[in-house]
Amino acid sequence: MTTADLLGKILQIVMGLVVFAAIVGLLIFFIDKAPKRGRDYWQLVGFLAPAMILLAIGLIYPAIRTTGLAFLDKQGVFSWDNFVWAFTQPAAVRTLINTIIWVLLVPTLSTVLGLAYAVFIDRSRGERVFKALVFMPMAISFVGAGIIWKFVYEYRSAGREQIGLLNAIGVAFGGEPVQWLQTDPINTILLIVVMIWIQTGFAMVILSAAIKGIPTEQIEAAELDGTNAWQRFRNVTIPGIRGALVVVLTTISIATLKVFDIVRTMTQGNFNTSVIANEMYTQAFRASEIGRGSALAVILFVLVTPIVIYNVNVLRKQREIR
Amino acid sequence: MRSRVNRRLIAGVAAVGIAALALAGCTGDIADDGETGDCGPYEQYGTFDGASVTISGTILDLEADRLVESWKDFAACTGIDISYQGTSEFEAQIAVLADGGNAPDIGIVPQPGLLQRLQAGGWLIPASDAVVANIDQWWDPAWKAYGSVDGTVYAAPLMASIKGYIWYSPSEFADKGYEIPKTLDELTELSEKIAAEGDHQPWCVGLESGEATGWPGTDWVEDYVLRLSGPEVYDQWVTHEIPFNDPAIVEAFDAVGDYLKNPDMVNGGFGDVSTQISEAFQTAGLPILDGECSLHHQASFYETFWNPDGGTSNTVGSDGTVYAFLLPPENEGDPQAVTGGGEFPVAFRDAPEVEAVRAYLSSDTWANIRVGLGGVISANKGVDPDNASSELLKQSIEILQGDTTFRFDGSDLMPGAVGADSFWKGIVAWVGGQSTQDTVDAIEASWPSS
Repeated sequence: MTTADLLGKILQIVMGLVVFAAIVGLLIFFIDKAPKRGRDYWQLVGFLAPAMILLAIGLIYPAIRTTGLAFLDKQGVFSWDNFVWAFTQPAAVRTLINTIIWVLLVPTLSTVLGLAYAVFIDRSRGERVFKALVFMPMAISFVGAGIIWKFVYEYRSAGREQIGLLNAIGVAFGGEPVQWLQTDPINTILLIVVMIWIQTGFAMVILSAAIKGIPTEQIEAAELDGTNAWQRFRNVTIPGIRGALVVVLTTISIATLKVFDIVRTMTQGNFNTSVIANEMYTQAFRASEIGRGSALAVILFVLVTPIVIYNVNVLRKQREIR
Repeated sequence: MRSRVNRRLIAGVAAVGIAALALAGCTGDIADDGETGDCGPYEQYGTFDGASVTISGTILDLEADRLVESWKDFAACTGIDISYQGTSEFEAQIAVLADGGNAPDIGIVPQPGLLQRLQAGGWLIPASDAVVANIDQWWDPAWKAYGSVDGTVYAAPLMASIKGYIWYSPSEFADKGYEIPKTLDELTELSEKIAAEGDHQPWCVGLESGEATGWPGTDWVEDYVLRLSGPEVYDQWVTHEIPFNDPAIVEAFDAVGDYLKNPDMVNGGFGDVSTQISEAFQTAGLPILDGECSLHHQASFYETFWNPDGGTSNTVGSDGTVYAFLLPPENEGDPQAVTGGGEFPVAFRDAPEVEAVRAYLSSDTWANIRVGLGGVISANKGVDPDNASSELLKQSIEILQGDTTFRFDGSDLMPGAVGADSFWKGIVAWVGGQSTQDTVDAIEASWPSS
């Protein structure tokens, strides 16, 4: 690209920005000058409309179109074929089963581990440091985490130098190297470990804050009643953080349902590790089976919706209590 | 209050501006310095004032530089400003771009299946008479068919590659008295002989290739279908006139399985049969250099992988450290049949300058210039084999120009759901122990109904 081209492009961008600023300025000006009667209404429309239009273009229209595509075959005729495929083809069924395994294991294990950790380090010396240690994986992207763990599971055939941590340890103790990521079904579990590693920190931070919100009087009262630590945990702590538990469980469930990056970077869905979001991309863009990809997207949407509704309801109830 | 609003607005606008500037810096155009050579060969294409053509494709890095180099004189003489952009996401994105009206003028499509899909979308411009005339003059009719849909020609082939080479060490063959096999049975005998010597397995195989894991195995099966059952059955197979679980395909799978699923035959230098799926195809042939295996099945492009750390310590040639022979026919004296690949520059914009560029790319002039720049071959019959940059590429051009049956890589011709998904996954499961019948049945079931 020559300097003249570059200057031309910069000029274009500047012009575009000026036009954008002028339109926004005009809009604000006219809203400000709206008639006194119904000014609230005009302001509401003026400020909400851009967001609503963008939402319609970027979210609602694609959702409707995807749903439509899911019910069309390649000739554009209505058919159930894509859903029949998703629920009968062994490879596709395996994708659904894998997703269910993910959703069962990741939220429960992350929450249990996060809760246990939060309880054990509560009010201990160096609590902040312990928290930071577990929370840090949250700062790593899923792709980054996938690449890190891929090295942990890396396999080299017996006799060669093991560059994967897990196999290096195994071989050092006289074992045989294992093809961790290629061996079904252990590979799905090993991918799940990565997600748990990331999400435990999230669960721990939220639950730790909730635990600190339990009034000390309640715990002291329970102590005076002669309860042991487990009874206090069961009967005071857990009810006290129920709202936070629901939020953590549902948030992680949704993140798990749409997990894509970890599978994509570590196995690309090979060796029976695929999940819905990964298969959706593979079908739509690599296999050019738009209908099948759309059908999987719709299934994913249907699975996520009840969790979102439940989550919103719980949050609303909590707000009412306060 | 008013001034605070304004300040926020300015800050927002400034942030957007910086982001836009940063994005503008990402355009990957390659500048040409406008050097002009002899314009004689380019007069027939005419001259254009201020016309520009954009090209996009999967060709990257050094290969992209050579591609740009190959049309530099053409661009300078005709006045067409050609800009090329290579992206590894081309295959996944081109249909989306075309659908949104943002396709490049020319897209270099590496698979006939993708060409058909783009045609079905109604985005492609048929090739001009000049391009069709070039195809008729310079290419085998099989190639013309791969660039056509329902009898309409949409693109001429560009470059080519040959699959089905078997790499070996010439010095090892000389020392141990191995002969280059002339039939598939002789290949089996040679493999068994090497295996019987007991110090290593004859073959090394690597099927790992990221999301495309399994494709080197599909090449094996395609080569065997073409050799055992002939081009007619091969054509019926890739177009689904016979099912994927036809006995002819089962026979080819089983013949390949005698190597890939046999612990005596694989996996030299790596371990047992299961190591094939975790060994990257890029490095899988290297144990030949250490004498840990003797044979490796891979396409002509594998030439570039023999020096993984750079340098030139390993040479490819009949007197070099490694060389390759073509997987032989079933019976001695049968005509040679090869599978391979190539690209097709399809047009998305109907304009004289676009067709001029396409006509040039389909000419023998371009093919000779590009082959002369090194690293690739073309199936254009006007190419002088002596222009090839290596002994192997020269041999490959002679194979393509000789009395050879050529068939495009089968998985590239099949629908994406099979050729870029279930066939690859099927190979992985099959090498992992699944029976041949279960494997072909599963792939057959995944074939799209329409």
